[in-house]
Amino acid sequence: MSPELEILAIAIVTAVAAALPGTYLVLRRTAMVSDAISHAILPGIVVAFFLTQDLNSPLLMVAAAATGVLTVVLIEALIRSRLVPEDASIGIVFPALFSIGVILISRGASDVHLDTDAVLLGELAFAPFHRLTVAGVDLGPAALWSMGAILAVNAVLILLAWKELKLATVDASLAALLGFQPLVVHYGLMTMVSVTAVGAFDAVGSILVVALMIAPPATAYLLAERLGPMIGFAVATAAAGAALGWAVALALDVSIAGAIATASGLLFAVAFLAAPQRGLLAQARRRSGQRLDFAVRMLLVHLLHHEDTPEAAEECREAGLFRHLGWREAWTRRVVGKAEQRELVARAGELVLPTEAGRHLANNAVIGFGD
Amino acid sequence: MELFGDYTLRVVALGSGVLGAAAGALGSFAYLRRQSLVGDALSHAALPGIALVFLLTGSKAPLPIMLGAACAGWISTLAVRLVVRRSRVPYDSALGMALAVFFGFGLVLLTAIQKRPDAAQAGLESFLFGQAASLLREDVVVMSILGAGCLIVLGALWKEFKLLSFDSEFGDSLGRPMRRVDGLFTLLLVVAVVIGLRTVGVVLMSAMVVAPAAAARQLTNRLAPMVVIAAVIGVISGVSGAVLSSLIPRLPTGPTIVLVLSAFVVLSLVFAPGRGLFWRWIRLGRLQPAAALNPVLMHLYALSQQHPEEPDHGHGLAVLRTMSPAGADLEQVLGDLQSRGLAHVVGEGLWAPTPIGRREAERSLDHEAEVRS
Repeated sequence: MSPELEILAIAIVTAVAAALPGTYLVLRRTAMVSDAISHAILPGIVVAFFLTQDLNSPLLMVAAAATGVLTVVLIEALIRSRLVPEDASIGIVFPALFSIGVILISRGASDVHLDTDAVLLGELAFAPFHRLTVAGVDLGPAALWSMGAILAVNAVLILLAWKELKLATVDASLAALLGFQPLVVHYGLMTMVSVTAVGAFDAVGSILVVALMIAPPATAYLLAERLGPMIGFAVATAAAGAALGWAVALALDVSIAGAIATASGLLFAVAFLAAPQRGLLAQARRRSGQRLDFAVRMLLVHLLHHEDTPEAAEECREAGLFRHLGWREAWTRRVVGKAEQRELVARAGELVLPTEAGRHLANNAVIGFGD
Repeated sequence: MELFGDYTLRVVALGSGVLGAAAGALGSFAYLRRQSLVGDALSHAALPGIALVFLLTGSKAPLPIMLGAACAGWISTLAVRLVVRRSRVPYDSALGMALAVFFGFGLVLLTAIQKRPDAAQAGLESFLFGQAASLLREDVVVMSILGAGCLIVLGALWKEFKLLSFDSEFGDSLGRPMRRVDGLFTLLLVVAVVIGLRTVGVVLMSAMVVAPAAAARQLTNRLAPMVVIAAVIGVISGVSGAVLSSLIPRLPTGPTIVLVLSAFVVLSLVFAPGRGLFWRWIRLGRLQPAAALNPVLMHLYALSQQHPEEPDHGHGLAVLRTMSPAGADLEQVLGDLQSRGLAHVVGEGLWAPTPIGRREAERSLDHEAEVRS
């Protein structure tokens, strides 16, 4: 594989691995925890580095993931004390941990290559340089293997605990009542988020991790009505965003991580505008349909009211309707046309008269707002 | 006092103090409105604005850069508001997405400007982590004017902001333009965040907004004292962080300020009069009843309350089982209660609390109420 394709592969695998736990974060309204975890793992990495003096030691990963879980424990402890609301707890804990990390680095490791901005931003372009070699054989970029393993573990865990995760996400009280231990599920999910964030940060940086965990699932939330399809859409959006960002970054020679975050955001924007049921356009279409429907009813009520009265010749005359209803002429024509198309009115010479179905609808509209 | 003769330190301490005051005061309202993380999102979202201004003007003068940062941050809050209002995406997801996507776009712009990923990141360092030491007199003058402006507007519209924080609907019903007040508040928060970018950087800005408010909230139940205390804590942390980091070599200013702030939060959480964890712990120890709050006893008590006329009206296992978690060993718990004289059998498989049991339950309830208050 060429380095470019290797980067693409790493990007897609990372995006999909992040979208899996991200779906549950979005549904559980704890999306900002991903931001907290991805920043707060810094001191874990630094301490483990001081102990091992080796930037590639797997202990760094373990320590970072443990710090991620510790972050969640601290946040939960603050929330449970009932002294601080949830969002403030997050906003207090992770800057404190991150500060400890930055201070440790600048006091102890400033002569070593452990840059805080590398942690935050990552650089996907360098990922292929770090190879996994076993017995002298080059097996490809190490990041591809580590993220692939994390993706596999995430997928298997979610399949195994599908029912538990779903129940604890949708109705934590019911889950507790049925003996499903939502707290265990919660911490399990948070461990998954931590490990994924740790695996992803040195390839793509911690801020992109946040984009990958939130944006594709949020996009999927606008497209799907059930958990299974939502995860499917999230995975597809994540892969598409990664590929799109990669292509743009390659063409324009810009930050790949940044381009992927931007592409994921753009995909969300597209869904926000054009999602079939929940997009802005669909909402506008639905609203204009309802407006027309309401106008048809008002027209029918008007016609029914004046039918068989002496004024009918004037009040039900098609050309005069707009004046009696106080509508614009073009709109009135459209409403009458719609009513005719639905066979609720029929023309009789100059007059517009309700049909039997139209009378029925008008009566219901007056009496009970029914159909 | 020789310390404050140092020109650089004086500038840095002044800048950090101004930041602490503005962020602390405004953060109090954000805290009460459950919008503590807006500061975090705003500060990240400012990056594309900074990059664009730099791209267009090529200058690093503080005012245009701050203006660009403020515009980008402002747009991000509008995007969050639009998404939350017009879709079912939850607030925190919208916020996190705005944060990460805007920041990513900023990175793209920066790398596009410089065509060299390394160079862009090197320039980014001061934006990410702040570089208080590089603050100049003109920076601090701009920061002070903006910070003072924020506080003046806050004071002038005190009533409106108070309404916004506690009962926005009531404000609507009074005919106040609450949406515009909300927009203005966000604008002030944007300004406060932008002031802080040079000093503490993107990542730690959220602490400047949240932590003083969280500490102050423990110390008072009233808005005005809370805002004042938060501002004072912000100033003390800003100044002492700046002083500490100049006294001790290789101690970066931003993180030091945040750790001082965090110390304030921990102290006030533990020792705040009345509310603090330490006092709560003492009170709990004093009140700890002989019987730990036993759910089965509480259920028996609740059931017996429905028959106040007949204290020995019993209830069967089946009823208790529906009230208890699945798999609970009711027989054993009831046997335990019986041996402690708290519950007794009043008929064929029917249980009721004894008078002692009822008193225990009442004590537990009082205790619970005490803990909750």
